[in-house]
Amino acid sequence: MNYLIGAFKPSCNISITFSDGKSRKQVPIKKENGHTVMVPLFQSQENIAGKISIEPIQGKKVDHNGVKVELLGQIEMYFDRGNFYDFTSLVRELDVPGDIYEKKSYPFEFSTVEMPYETYNGANVRLRYVLKVTISRGYAGSIVEYQDFVVRNYSPLPSINNSIKMEVGIEDCLHIEFEYNKSKYHLKDVIIGKIYFLLVRIKLKNMDLEIRRRESTGSGANTHVETETLAKFELMDGAPVRGESIPIRLFLSPYELTPTYRNINNKFSVKYYLNLVLVDEEDRRYFKQQEITIYRLQEETS
Amino acid sequence: MISDGVEDEEKWLAAGIAGLQQNAFYMHRALDSNNLRDALKYSAQMLSELRTSRLSPHKYYELYMRAFDELRKLEMFFKEETRRGCSIIDLYELVQHAGNILPRLYLLCTVGSVYIKSKEAPAKDVLKDLVEMCRGIQHPVRGLFLRSYLAQVSRDKLPDIGSEYEGDADTVMDAVEFVLQNFTEMNKLWVRMQHQGPAREKEKREKERNELRDLVGKNLHVLGQVEGIDLDLYKDTVLPRVLEQVVNCKDEIAQFYLMDCIIQVFPDEYHLQTLDVLLSACPQLQPSVDIKTVLSQLMERLSNYAASSAEVLPEFLQVEAFSKLSNAIGKVIEAQVDMPTIGVVTLYSSLLTFTLHVHPDRLDYADQVLGACVKKLSGKGKIVDSKATKQIVALLSAPLEKYNDIVTALKLSNYPRVLEYLDNETNKVMATVIIQSVMKNKTCISTDDKVEALFELVKGLIKDLDGTLDDEIDEDDFKEEQNSVARLIQMLYNDDPEEMFKIIGIVRKHILTGGPKRLPFTVPALVFSCLKLVRQLQGQEENPFGDETSTTPKKIFQLLNQTIEALLIVPAPELSLRLYLQCAEAANDCDLEPVAYEFFTQAYILYEEEISDSKAQVTAIHLIIGTLQRMHVFGIENRDTLTHKATGYSAKLLKKPDQCRAVYACSHLFWVDDQENMKDGERVLLCLKRALRIANAAQQMANAARGSTGSVTLFVEILNKYLYFFEKGNPQITVSTIQGLLELITTEMQSDSTSPDPSADAFLASTMRYIQFQKQKGGAVGEKYEAIKA
Repeated sequence: MNYLIGAFKPSCNISITFSDGKSRKQVPIKKENGHTVMVPLFQSQENIAGKISIEPIQGKKVDHNGVKVELLGQIEMYFDRGNFYDFTSLVRELDVPGDIYEKKSYPFEFSTVEMPYETYNGANVRLRYVLKVTISRGYAGSIVEYQDFVVRNYSPLPSINNSIKMEVGIEDCLHIEFEYNKSKYHLKDVIIGKIYFLLVRIKLKNMDLEIRRRESTGSGANTHVETETLAKFELMDGAPVRGESIPIRLFLSPYELTPTYRNINNKFSVKYYLNLVLVDEEDRRYFKQQEITIYRLQEETS
Repeated sequence: MISDGVEDEEKWLAAGIAGLQQNAFYMHRALDSNNLRDALKYSAQMLSELRTSRLSPHKYYELYMRAFDELRKLEMFFKEETRRGCSIIDLYELVQHAGNILPRLYLLCTVGSVYIKSKEAPAKDVLKDLVEMCRGIQHPVRGLFLRSYLAQVSRDKLPDIGSEYEGDADTVMDAVEFVLQNFTEMNKLWVRMQHQGPAREKEKREKERNELRDLVGKNLHVLGQVEGIDLDLYKDTVLPRVLEQVVNCKDEIAQFYLMDCIIQVFPDEYHLQTLDVLLSACPQLQPSVDIKTVLSQLMERLSNYAASSAEVLPEFLQVEAFSKLSNAIGKVIEAQVDMPTIGVVTLYSSLLTFTLHVHPDRLDYADQVLGACVKKLSGKGKIVDSKATKQIVALLSAPLEKYNDIVTALKLSNYPRVLEYLDNETNKVMATVIIQSVMKNKTCISTDDKVEALFELVKGLIKDLDGTLDDEIDEDDFKEEQNSVARLIQMLYNDDPEEMFKIIGIVRKHILTGGPKRLPFTVPALVFSCLKLVRQLQGQEENPFGDETSTTPKKIFQLLNQTIEALLIVPAPELSLRLYLQCAEAANDCDLEPVAYEFFTQAYILYEEEISDSKAQVTAIHLIIGTLQRMHVFGIENRDTLTHKATGYSAKLLKKPDQCRAVYACSHLFWVDDQENMKDGERVLLCLKRALRIANAAQQMANAARGSTGSVTLFVEILNKYLYFFEKGNPQITVSTIQGLLELITTEMQSDSTSPDPSADAFLASTMRYIQFQKQKGGAVGEKYEAIKA
C-alpha cells in the first residue's frame, strides 16, 4: 500500500510505533486483502502511547497545515460498504502548520482509553480499532497512515453459572434429557454434559453437537441475520436404546470463537448456540438449540 | 443376489484397507518427522475407515486388525512424544478435538494407555474416563470392537495386586469395576444386535453374533486373570455383577455363552464356594437356553476338581455341593417347561457322574439322582428320542463303570425304575451293558434278592416286552444277547447250597417266561448251574435229620426235570435229550437209580417220538450209548431194559453203515472195564457179529445198487473192536475169530468189485502195524497177539 501511495509521488514515510511495542502481545488479524498481520493487543482503559515518525523522501520537503493522530473505533457494515460508523474518536494535534525538511518524531498518548467493544471480524460486520495519522495539506490532499490494533476485554468468572438441563421429545417417538454443565463458557472451556435417552422409537444413526454463531446486524426491517456452524462434533455413533446415557466432552479451544456480544452500539449482536442434532436412518434431523454465553477469561499467561 | 453381496463386501473391504493404508502412510511420514499435528490428522482419517457399516463382523475384524497394528505404532510415538516433553495431559486433550467420535475414541484409548503408563494420573481415573467415553459408540459392531480395543490396551495396566499400577488410590477394586463396566456395556451392545435389522435375517445375525462373542468373553477372561480377585471379592462383587448382567440381558445366545465362560474362566474352588449364587441364576435364564450343557460343564469341572486331589473333598461336603446341584437342577427343569427329555436326562446324568466322583461312598445320593430323574420322566411315557435314550444308557452305565460292581448298582432302588422309560431296544442295550459289566468284572451275584433285582434290570433280554415285533430282531444280535444271558446265569453263585437253590429257583422263574426262542439258550445254562450244585452236594452226606426244607439232589433233579420239560414247547428234542442224559449221569453219580432211570426214559421217549431226522438219530444214539455205558447205578433189570432198547434203536437206523457203527458201539454196553459184574462177553460178541452182518449187508447193497462194493472201512472198524475186546480179555473173542475177520477183509479187498479206498487201506495198514507192535512188546500181551497171523 505504501508502494501504491508512493506511485502518486509520496513525499514522506510515516511510521507509528508503540512505546511498549516490544513487550506487548501481538495477535494476528486478517486484512481486507487476505493477508494476516500481527498487531498489538490492548484492552479497555489502557494507555495507548507511542511515537510517530515522519521522514520526507530524500531532498523533498513536506509543507502542511498541521499533523494529527486520531484513535478511532469503527463499526463497518458490509452491506453498507464504506460507511463507517465511529463510536470512538479521540484526536491529538501533533504539529502546527509548517514545513518538515527532515525526519521528525512526535510522541503521543491516549490515556485510559475507553474501548468497551472488542475487535470483531464477522460475516456482515467488522469492528476495528485504528490509529490514524493525518498530515493535512491544502492543495495536494492529506497524507494519511493507519495502524490497526486489537482490543480484547476480559470478564471475571461469572458469579452465577447454572447448568442447562432440559427434557425434550416428540411424543411417543423420542424423548431425551440433556444437560450441559454450564450456561456460560469461556473461550478455552470444556463443555461437559450428557444426553439421557428416555424413549427411543426411531432408529437413530448418529448424534452431533454443533456450535452455531448467530450474528445479527442492523435493526428493525434492515436486520440481517447470519448463522454459521463453527463446530460439528459427533457425540454418538449408532442407535441407542432406552436408558442409555451418552457423555459430552467438547473442548472449545480448537474453534475460533469470540465472546458473546449483545447489542454492540445498537449495531450488531453475536450470540452462540449449542445445537444438539439427532439424525435417524432416513436422514431426518431432530434438533434442539440452546443459547450459551461465551466470555473471555483473563488468561494467566498474558 | 447373495453372491453379489459377498462380492460387494470384498470390494468394500478392499476399499477400506486401501484407505487405511494410504492414511497410515501419511501418518508414518508424520511420525518420522515428529509432526504431531499431522500424525493426529492422518491417524484420525485412517481410523475413519472403521466407521463403515457395510462389512460383516468377520470382514470388519480384518480391517480392525490392520488399524490395531497401526495404533501400536502411534502409541509408541505418543510415548516418545511425552519423553520429548509434550505433556501427556495435553495430548489427552488434543486427541479429543477430533470431530468424528469413532476415531476420537480410538485415539483416546491409545493416548489413555500412555497416560496410565506415565502415572501422571491414577490409573483408575483414566480407565474410568475411557470406559465412560466409549458409551458414545452405540453401534453394536463398532462399539464391540472399540471396547475390545480398550480391553486389549488396558489389560496390562489394571491396578491389580502386585501390578505397578496398584497404589494408594488404585486398588484391585478399581480394576474390577473397570472390567465389569466394559463387560456390561459390551454385552448390551452384543445383545442389541439381535434386535436390529429385519427379522428374515435372524439366522445371519445369530451367526454374526456368534462370531463376535469372544470379544465379550474376553472381559471375563481378563477378570479371570486378575490376581487380586480373591474369593471374597469374587463372591461379593464379581460374580453377582456378572450374573446380574447375564440374567437381565434376557438373551439366549449371550446367556448360554457367558454362563459357559464364567464356568471356564474362574477357578473351580471359587465355583464350589459360590455354587448357590451361580446355580440360583440358572432357573432365571431364558427357557430356550441350553442350560443342560452349561450345568453339565460345571459338574464336569467340579468332578474333575474333586478327582484332582482328595484334599478338596471336604470342601464339597462343607458347601453341600450335591444337594445344591440337585436342587438347582430340579428348579431349572421346572423353570424350563419345554426342556426336552434329553435335557433332563443329560442333567441327571451329569449330576450322577458328579456324585459318583465326589461322593463315591454315598450310594443314597446316586439313588436320589435316579429317583429325581424318574420323577421328571414320569408321565412322559417311553422315551422315543434316540439321543435321549443314549443319555439314559450313559446315565445308567455311570454307576456300573464307577463301582465296577453290579451288586452296588443293585442297591439303587430307582435304577430299574429309570429303565422303565426306555424303549425295548434300548432296554436290551442297557441289559447287555449290565451283563457285560458283570462279565468284565467277574462279579459274583450271590443272594436271591440281588438275583431277583438283576433279572428285573435285564428283563429286556429275558422275555418279550410288549410291542416288540419279531421281525425287527436281527438273528445274530439275538443269539449274542441270549448267549450273554446264558453267561450271566453262570455268574450267579453262592457256596451255600440253600442259597444257591433259591437263586436257581429265581433264575428258573425268570427264564421260563422267555418263550420258545430264548429257552434253548437259557435252559442249558440253568441246567448246568443246577448240575454244578448237584455235584457240590453229591459229596456230602444226606441230611441226617431229614429236614424237609433242606436242599437235596433229589429236589434239584425234580426241578431239573420240570425245567427240561419246558423245552418241549420249543421244541428242541435234541437239546433236551442231551440235557436229560447229563442229568442222568449226575443222578448216577448221586446213586439215585430211579431218578437216573426216569431221565433215561425221558431221553428215550424223546428219541422215539421227537427225533426223526436220521442224522440227528445217529448222534442221539451215540450219545445214549455213551452215557448209558458209564451208568453204574442201574440194577440188572433196569440196565437190561435200557441196553436192550439202545441196541434195538441202533439196529433200526436208516443207513446200514450207521446201523453197523451204532451196533458195534453197543457192544461196549456189555463190557465195562472196571466193573466185574458188567462183563458179558457173549453179548459183546453177539453185537460185533451183528455188526459184521450189517457190514456185509451194506457191501452187498452197495454192490447191488452201484455195481461196486463200498470200502472195507466198516470191517476194519469192527476189527478194531475185536482187537479191543481181545486185549481186554473177553473170552469170546478168540484168535480164530480175529483171524477169520482178517481173512474176510483180505478177500474183500482183493475182490474186483471193491472200489479202491486209500483211507481204508491206510486204516487197515495201521491196524496191522498195531498188531505187530503188540506182538513185539512181548509179555502177556505179546504172547496173546503172537497167535494172530498177520
